[in-house]
Amino acid sequence: MAEPSELTRHIESYVDTSRSQTQQTASLDSITSLVKNDLITIETLVKEMEMYLTTTDNVIRARGTLLLAAVLGNLVLKPLDNVTIHSLIGFFTDRLADWRALRGALVGCLALLTRKSDAGIVSATDAKAVAESYLKNLEVQSLGQHDRKLCFQLLECLLERYPNEVASLDELLPYGICEAVDGEKDPHCLVLAFHIIQALVQLFPDPSGPLADFLGELFETLESYFPIHFTHPGEDTDVKRDDLSRALMIAFSSTPLLEPSVIPLLLEKLSSSLPSAKVDSLKYLSYCSLKYGADRMAKHAKAIWSSIKTAISTSLKEPTESITSESMDGLGFRENEIAGEALVLLEIVVLQNNDLYLSLILDDEDISTIFNIITSYGSYKDIPLQGKERLHVVGRILYITSRTSVVSCNRMLETFFPRLVDILKLSMRNSSRECFVNFGALYLCMELLAAGRDLIIGSNYSISADEACFCILRSSSDSLINALCSNLAITAQEVAHDVDVYFRVKSLQILATFPEDHLPISKSAFENCLTTLTSIIWVDFNKTLLWKLALKALYHIGSFVSKCHESEKVLSYRSIVVEKIVSSLSDDNFTLPFPLKLEAVSAIGASGMNHMLKIVQGLQGAIFASISDSFVHGNIRSAEMAIQLLQCYSEKVIPWIKETDGLEEVLLHFAVNIWGHVESWISHDVQVHEKGLLDATMMAMKLTVASCSGEIQNAIIQKAYTVLSSNTSLLLKESTLTSIPIRLEGLQLTERADSFSGKDELVLSLFASVIIAVQPRIEIPNVKEILRLFLTTLLKGHVTSAQALGSMINKFGTKSNRADISYGFMLEEAIEIIFKTKSWNSQDNGVVSSDDNEIGLTDLCLGFVDDRQLQINSIVGLAWVGKGLLLCGHEKVKDVIMILLECLLPGGSIRASKSKQGLSERISEKDLHHSVKKSAADAFHLLMSDSEVCLNRIFHAIIRPLYKQRLFSVVMPILQSSIRNSDSSFSRSLLYRASAHIISDAPLIAVLSEAKKLISILLEGLSIFSEDPLDKEKLYNLLLVLSGILTDKNGQEAVIENAHSVINCLTGLMFYRHMMLVRETAIQCLVAMSELPHARIYPMRTQVIRAILKAVDDPKRAVRQEAVRCRKAWASVASRGLHF
Amino acid sequence: MVSGLINANPVIYEKKERRVRGAPSDADEYAVEPIDEQEIFDILLNDTEKICIFKYPEHPYSLEELKVITEDAIEVNDHRSYVRVTFTPTVEHCSMATIIGLCLRVKLIRSLPSRYKVDIRVAPGSHATEAAVNKQLNDKERVAAALENPSLLDMVDECLAPTYG
Repeated sequence: MAEPSELTRHIESYVDTSRSQTQQTASLDSITSLVKNDLITIETLVKEMEMYLTTTDNVIRARGTLLLAAVLGNLVLKPLDNVTIHSLIGFFTDRLADWRALRGALVGCLALLTRKSDAGIVSATDAKAVAESYLKNLEVQSLGQHDRKLCFQLLECLLERYPNEVASLDELLPYGICEAVDGEKDPHCLVLAFHIIQALVQLFPDPSGPLADFLGELFETLESYFPIHFTHPGEDTDVKRDDLSRALMIAFSSTPLLEPSVIPLLLEKLSSSLPSAKVDSLKYLSYCSLKYGADRMAKHAKAIWSSIKTAISTSLKEPTESITSESMDGLGFRENEIAGEALVLLEIVVLQNNDLYLSLILDDEDISTIFNIITSYGSYKDIPLQGKERLHVVGRILYITSRTSVVSCNRMLETFFPRLVDILKLSMRNSSRECFVNFGALYLCMELLAAGRDLIIGSNYSISADEACFCILRSSSDSLINALCSNLAITAQEVAHDVDVYFRVKSLQILATFPEDHLPISKSAFENCLTTLTSIIWVDFNKTLLWKLALKALYHIGSFVSKCHESEKVLSYRSIVVEKIVSSLSDDNFTLPFPLKLEAVSAIGASGMNHMLKIVQGLQGAIFASISDSFVHGNIRSAEMAIQLLQCYSEKVIPWIKETDGLEEVLLHFAVNIWGHVESWISHDVQVHEKGLLDATMMAMKLTVASCSGEIQNAIIQKAYTVLSSNTSLLLKESTLTSIPIRLEGLQLTERADSFSGKDELVLSLFASVIIAVQPRIEIPNVKEILRLFLTTLLKGHVTSAQALGSMINKFGTKSNRADISYGFMLEEAIEIIFKTKSWNSQDNGVVSSDDNEIGLTDLCLGFVDDRQLQINSIVGLAWVGKGLLLCGHEKVKDVIMILLECLLPGGSIRASKSKQGLSERISEKDLHHSVKKSAADAFHLLMSDSEVCLNRIFHAIIRPLYKQRLFSVVMPILQSSIRNSDSSFSRSLLYRASAHIISDAPLIAVLSEAKKLISILLEGLSIFSEDPLDKEKLYNLLLVLSGILTDKNGQEAVIENAHSVINCLTGLMFYRHMMLVRETAIQCLVAMSELPHARIYPMRTQVIRAILKAVDDPKRAVRQEAVRCRKAWASVASRGLHF
Repeated sequence: MVSGLINANPVIYEKKERRVRGAPSDADEYAVEPIDEQEIFDILLNDTEKICIFKYPEHPYSLEELKVITEDAIEVNDHRSYVRVTFTPTVEHCSMATIIGLCLRVKLIRSLPSRYKVDIRVAPGSHATEAAVNKQLNDKERVAAALENPSLLDMVDECLAPTYG
């Protein structure tokens, strides 16, 4: 047993209102834990508290009761015996009459009533006693908000857990509830109140039961809340308007007995001017219709129908002028939420009372008079706005109604379709010379057709084809198609309104893609349709919209055809569309511009697997022809074509193939074919004129390989290796495998890959592409040889080799994580080769004379050979290798970083000259050249940034999470201390440059955590990047980091400390000539800075405003706008007024 | 100030569909985009924020909805640094004309480069004391004096409140 004095102390502390909130909570917690751990029993507690529970001091009694209740609330899971519960609930039930201690009584009742059954619950009789006491004693509406909420919670709990007991109270209950709810305004309480009413209504389903007398009163209570409208928006964020509205909706629909009052109310509120009221009314109507049932709703049908009609037509907005090839609903009128809800309601009620609504719709005057509008106007632009609106409304109604069921579809089509077709036929016959189709009739036909089609698809094709509606369609479909085709052929030559064009093509598309069994279309009509559309593709490419729509229609027809099994249509589509478009690729006779041709090719191909196979065949043929033409014969025009073809292949075809199963063979075929071609050119003199073509070929190769499975990648790599090894000039002889020749002289800065022939470069680049894209576990033949090959070529400045080397390094497994050692080549071995392979000096006529002459990659970077270009090449190579290591998280990356840092620091060659005395004579003692150091600094950009050409997820690189953070946290401290220790301004600026690269690519969160230390480096970086126009992208990226810092709280503190220098820097960047985005962002940063504490920025105010005054005259509009905004922000930093 | 509204029931016009400016060409970083009529109109009505910003002093409608300013009534020459805005008060004897004019002037001065000369006029025949209003609006001294009057400046600032003044 615990010390009674301790318990008393806790009780004292809780009851004493002068104690602080935390003290009271603490003592409550201690008492709870005492009881929970069985140190004291509930009985002891109650006995101990006797005085507090029964005293005549109201405040103390209230606190005491609340304490007991709160303790019980925390002990919901602790088992209690029935006697205890009985006496406790009895106590709280009595206390409900004590309005001064009410809070505790309510909490106590709730705590006991919500107990789980396994921990002991309140008995039925006790619960009834609570309910009786509640109804007798409580005047809910006179209480405060929190108490009201508790009251409602208690009531809700009683209704849910003890429905039979409270139901036995009969009329007392509805009476009490009506009284409690009446006049409630708090959203939290209202949600509960609506729920209580719903529960109450469901408790007494009998129409003549106890509820009968209170229905009117309940409805009046609910009615006053509809529509839900918050007069003080934003005050209550946790209860949304929608939650409340939904609760009310459920309360309304809780019993069909409310129908006679609710539906008229909702219909009446539809005429409200408040849009949210209309939306709510329609939503409630939909919901209530479903709940009240067809019979009860039948008598409201007429009123509902006319409300729907008005709701749709009054809520339309003018159509947007430009019609895109995107699909649109109806005539393109913008429908708001009201119209949307009205259409939902229409669908529900039509489904519910089918016959009733059908006759209403068919007899409707507005709908029958639409034919007057249709017949009196021809094309879209002739119809006045009002007519268009009505047409749209009727179209939508016809569509929705016909779609709901077969019966309605039959009735609608029987009534309207023949008449519409007659009008169409008449208009076509009358005006065969002009391009003229009755727009309105065509539009409504299309809506009906679309409804029929969607009905079939929606029913999973279970609807019989013999239904009347389809018979009607069948009778006129062929003639309709033929008429539309001849019409479209003329349309192309005339000026027709966009909307006219849209619906003509769209109708044709729907007819051609109508489910086969329900609407068989004759072969000739189908072919006519295809011919018309294809001829638009070939001839009318100047009419953008028509062309796009035709292509889209062809695509849809194509995917429809490839899904159905009608061999006749498949054949027609293939011969008319696919084959023709394939043959056009190799044929220059078509006037269709090449990019459009490719767009058409990829769209048609995407419509089905068989089509794609055909297309790919043609595309590959064209690609091979044009690249041979370009590489072997040097034809520039072919090169341009080849680039486009390859791009189309990479961007459109490969992703499609990747998503479709079973087409990998196509990719293999493509890759092997390219290698085959390359092989066949070996005897020719291959020229690489166009860098773009080589890049495009490489990208296509990479994507092809990357999209294949491992098995196929293996096959490709074997083929590639065969071609490579047959090209003897590239692979080194066995004897030179331990060292690599480099040339020391004759390399100029401008030369790139100088020592390659075009053929070598092509073979090498393509082979590197394959290596870049393979998956990690693919075995590369003769790995050592390949590694050395890349190592040699990267020193000659072949960047792709360096990338391939990095990718290889990245994908080798280390010894530890690779169980299958036998077949793999170890990462460690590879690193060994890369860093230890000695180069020999070809100046010495290839004689590997002494150890002194051997230098490795590291030494090359550090300038053992006084050749700038070679050094730069080695640094770039080293950076790519480092990136590979960094991504897979290998620790060797630290060595790479150290080498790069060493290049940056002055006297970077010192270590080298010390260790290699023999060479030092030939190495000049002076620092590395500027350009070399700069490339070492830029190597950090390469390490940190995401590359698009290699070492990313598409090309299966192994990427460890958070590698950027890791590099950031490793390198930044070193750089910071180097900057501090550096005494030459040039090397300091390079260190800043390297740091800036790391900062701008590091995740913002990492930068923010060190913002205070980094901000000065960042500012230096900004000023260094702003010197060279070539660095403008980097400048912009770094500036974005600064703006990120400015929007963060931690970052702002760092900025405040350096406010002056930040502002100096930003005002300078406001006039950065070379990039508008930099100026704009700099000004936005200044706007953000105006929010900083007044005292810190006020001194800079004049300086900023003066600069902004100039920026207002910026050549670019966007900058001027930002400048005005900035000026306003800074003007308000001062007390008032601006200096004019 | 007069009590009650000068024009209690003004005619409200539908806002015209704004022509959309083509996306700025990224092709030429150094190309100059001169200040044009539409930009001035946007400054005055601030299309970018999509709310009616420049409040007519006595109605919560924007000046555009009341057709006080239209794009046609703006004349600008970036080369010669000159802009002229002609506005039309809703009624002939509108005493708010000078306030509107002052607001327009302040807004333009705050948004345009300092090299600009701003000329604000009442449309010919649209106001009873046209000449006087024009004179008052374009008198440098009087404008400066007006802006030194705190209550007047407050009123101007309130009219321009939600904009970037």
